[in-house]
Amino acid sequence: MIVGIPKEIVANEKRVSCTPDEVRRIKGLGYDMLIESGAGLSAGFADSEYADAGAEVGLDAASLWDRSDIVCKIRPPEMHPEMGCHESTLIRESRTLISVYEPALREEMTAQVAGTGGTVVALDAIPRISRAQKMDVLSSMANIAGYRAVLEAGNHFGRFFAGQITAAGKIAPAKVLVIGAGVAGLSAIGTAVSLGAIVRAFDTRPEVKDQIESMNAEFLDLDFEEQGEGSGGYAKVMSKAFIEAEMALFAEQARDVDIIITTALIPGKPAPKLITAEMVRSMRPGSVIVDLAAQQGGNCELTVPDEVVHDHDVTIIGYSDLTSRMAHQASVLFAANIYHLLSDLTPEKDGNLVLDVDDDVVRGSTVVKGGEILWPPPPIETSAAPPKSTPVPSESQPVVEAAPQNRAVSTLVGMGVAGILLIAMGSVAPASFMMHFTVFVLACFVGWQVIWNVTPALHTPLMSVTNAISGIILIGAMLQIDASSQLAVWLAVIAVTIASINVAGGFLVTQRMLKMFRKE
Amino acid sequence: MEVSAYQGAITGAYIIASILFILSLGGLSHQESARRGNVFGMAGMAIAIVATAFHESIESYVYILIPMLLGGAVGAWRASRVQMTQMPELVALLHSFVGLAAVLVGFSSYLGSEGLYSGAEKVVHEVEIYLGILIGAVTFTGSVIAFGKLNGFITSKPMMFPGRHLVNLAGLLICIWYGHDFIRAADIPHGMTALVIMTVIALLFGVHMVMAIGGADMPVVISMLNSYSGWAAAATGFMLSNDLLIVTGALVGSSGAILSYIMCRAMNRKFVSVIMGGFGGQTASSGGGQADHQGTAVEISQDECGASLNNIRSLVIVPGYGMAVAHAQHAVYELTRRLREKGVNVRFAIHPVAGRMPGHMNVLLAEARVPYDIVLEMDEIQEDLPATDMVMVIGANDIVNPSAIEDPEGPIAGMPVIEAWNAREVIVLKRSMASGYAGIENPLFFKPNTKMLFGDARDSIEGLIAHLI
Repeated sequence: MIVGIPKEIVANEKRVSCTPDEVRRIKGLGYDMLIESGAGLSAGFADSEYADAGAEVGLDAASLWDRSDIVCKIRPPEMHPEMGCHESTLIRESRTLISVYEPALREEMTAQVAGTGGTVVALDAIPRISRAQKMDVLSSMANIAGYRAVLEAGNHFGRFFAGQITAAGKIAPAKVLVIGAGVAGLSAIGTAVSLGAIVRAFDTRPEVKDQIESMNAEFLDLDFEEQGEGSGGYAKVMSKAFIEAEMALFAEQARDVDIIITTALIPGKPAPKLITAEMVRSMRPGSVIVDLAAQQGGNCELTVPDEVVHDHDVTIIGYSDLTSRMAHQASVLFAANIYHLLSDLTPEKDGNLVLDVDDDVVRGSTVVKGGEILWPPPPIETSAAPPKSTPVPSESQPVVEAAPQNRAVSTLVGMGVAGILLIAMGSVAPASFMMHFTVFVLACFVGWQVIWNVTPALHTPLMSVTNAISGIILIGAMLQIDASSQLAVWLAVIAVTIASINVAGGFLVTQRMLKMFRKE
Repeated sequence: MEVSAYQGAITGAYIIASILFILSLGGLSHQESARRGNVFGMAGMAIAIVATAFHESIESYVYILIPMLLGGAVGAWRASRVQMTQMPELVALLHSFVGLAAVLVGFSSYLGSEGLYSGAEKVVHEVEIYLGILIGAVTFTGSVIAFGKLNGFITSKPMMFPGRHLVNLAGLLICIWYGHDFIRAADIPHGMTALVIMTVIALLFGVHMVMAIGGADMPVVISMLNSYSGWAAAATGFMLSNDLLIVTGALVGSSGAILSYIMCRAMNRKFVSVIMGGFGGQTASSGGGQADHQGTAVEISQDECGASLNNIRSLVIVPGYGMAVAHAQHAVYELTRRLREKGVNVRFAIHPVAGRMPGHMNVLLAEARVPYDIVLEMDEIQEDLPATDMVMVIGANDIVNPSAIEDPEGPIAGMPVIEAWNAREVIVLKRSMASGYAGIENPLFFKPNTKMLFGDARDSIEGLIAHLI
């Protein structure tokens, strides 16, 4: 089949959905590749590079759409300015569109595509399960947006991020507050930390605390009992009391921090307003707010989508095209996601796209298949939180509770039986045996106490040294050397020989090993 | 037994030797004191041997000195030549010697016991001989088979006969039956028949038992045989009324028992089920099915892997038996040294059952001059993994298998594992996609942050070193 890569038509969109490197890999799956003339120029990929990678280049949009079985693009279908028709009308029978699609917003378009028998795979609808992370364009793009957000903030912020002590005096580090620790938030945290800023982060999901702290940022704890974990790793809408406590925290932080980066989004809802105009006014002059939720209405009341506004000497950045501002990097990651998706959809590596709707990933992302509308998919219940925490304890808990009691009972019974046996044995066995037995039991206890202290790193030397000292059987053999029977003597001689091997071999190899252990 | 002039002094020397042995084992609690501990052990052994030589019943010193020198020379030669990767084999072999010596001493003691004991003492003595030989014989053949399995002479797959539990049970009953016969035997030739039959059964039982146990359970088997060799020595001590043998045997016996317990706990398995054998064969298909379709493992080239090594600040290496097989420990050290020079925080995470015997990996890394303070136990490093840039798994499989946690129905469910997947990136060095000794799929290989670097571990690591800037 033929995969076509058109030039993006939305104004200011600089990314491209495939790079020359991925062209090579996708060809390896058995596909032929077409690239629209100049498709990668704005992201830094010349047509000649695509041609070198083995793609056919120099096509206009009309012939690209006409010849491609699969069209991969970034933005959802739009009115095409040059061709004069809507891209959705081009998704006809036996043609597949793979792009970001926002299916919930496009029911009408979906119905129309279904009418012409086309197929649409929505990249933004790929379920967020571990297995599908390699094709998750939302994560890839959020990562870039988070990084870029910090750079944009730095661009408008008149100070260093890192604190410095210079000959001219001391410079305090910048304080950055990141709201929402999803992929974009964590990326912003990482970037800001690596620039040397003091970073604090807030999220309604308490389980991301570890992730935040692992990146050397401070997790702002809200002393409030409510779990913000919704389905699919996203946050959910919180209660009124929680939001009030949260707002109080932000108001307090706004007075203290220099930069606020907001990334709070709840799927299918307008972005929550977290930074009020009042909070903005309480910030120090020169502070910067980057609102990554600008397109969904913004987390800050004063955000204007796609613009930079100044209010009370605070800069509020509402760019919604942060990824396009890093077109090269974004294209590389996007193209890699596309490759992984195609690779999964091409099980035979023969250039034939197979949409197996029994697969959760395919089921979730396929909006229309050959004219049949599959949206919305049945829910798959997975969460970004580690799944292990739920099933394991619930099953093992009753057992754990019951165990100590059982164990105590069985210990008591065991001790009782052992005691009775010992007394019974003592009453019939000769006195000399009982003396030896006393020694034996005490030695077992001493051994038990001593061995537990051995460090696991020395378990091999422990075994070889016990090998050596169990060669003590040598003295048993020695005591038999003058036995009355000739056969007994010879058996003893052999026993002395092999026990000596143990003694010498065991101690020497232990010595050799222990010499190797060294400290820095 | 009449008391000689020397008897008191010998007993005194035995007490000193016992204390030195205890100190010797105690010394192993730290690397710093371990070498001194070994010296204590040697001193204890020397004192014990010299003291015993003064025993009034010993006159034929030639019969002692010559075999002792011969055996000592053989032992010293083996000890100086053995490669650290072969330590499990050596240890297994040494276990078998203790077992064999116990059998020989037992027979010798029985043959020489004519007319020495009577009444209850005779019964007790004969029970001691019988048990001593039984344990010694099982230890002997069990260790020989373990040696063969470790060496590759015998397949490391569990070999199971139909109705093997019944066979074992029958063997046990026959042993008890002949034990009864043995004690009631009128004279030594009659007793010998019973003793020999029992010995043969015990020898076969040793073979049978270890044959049924798979390669991954070797650490347990080795520890268990270590324990048996101690009990065999202790039984010999009872038979000869020698407290030093009893003390030493008990020390070694409990040491092996503790090691077996630690190993079983590290695999979340019951000791009995390990001894019953069979892990790594049939059980594989039952739980692995679910994990089969996890997706594809992403391969990485040496170039790419080398490039990411240049960008990390922390690395945790998880070695397994594969590192020993490929003799990769020196290359691993070289990589470690180079990365540490660049300021990378390199550490090692050792799972208790990594390798073929307890502590196997530590010895290999020590041989390659890796300082022991960066070699950490699983529990010490687990918490740090989420903040680690890269985990490199070298020839390990089951000990990093997430299905131990994620698949409560799976065959290794509940086994403590090194949670490598929590790190930002995981590189798995492996020869192929074959499954580990537990015979189950490893979902780690399909995790999105895992990349596979296929090939011989030593070649791969040497390749990576070449890519370091």
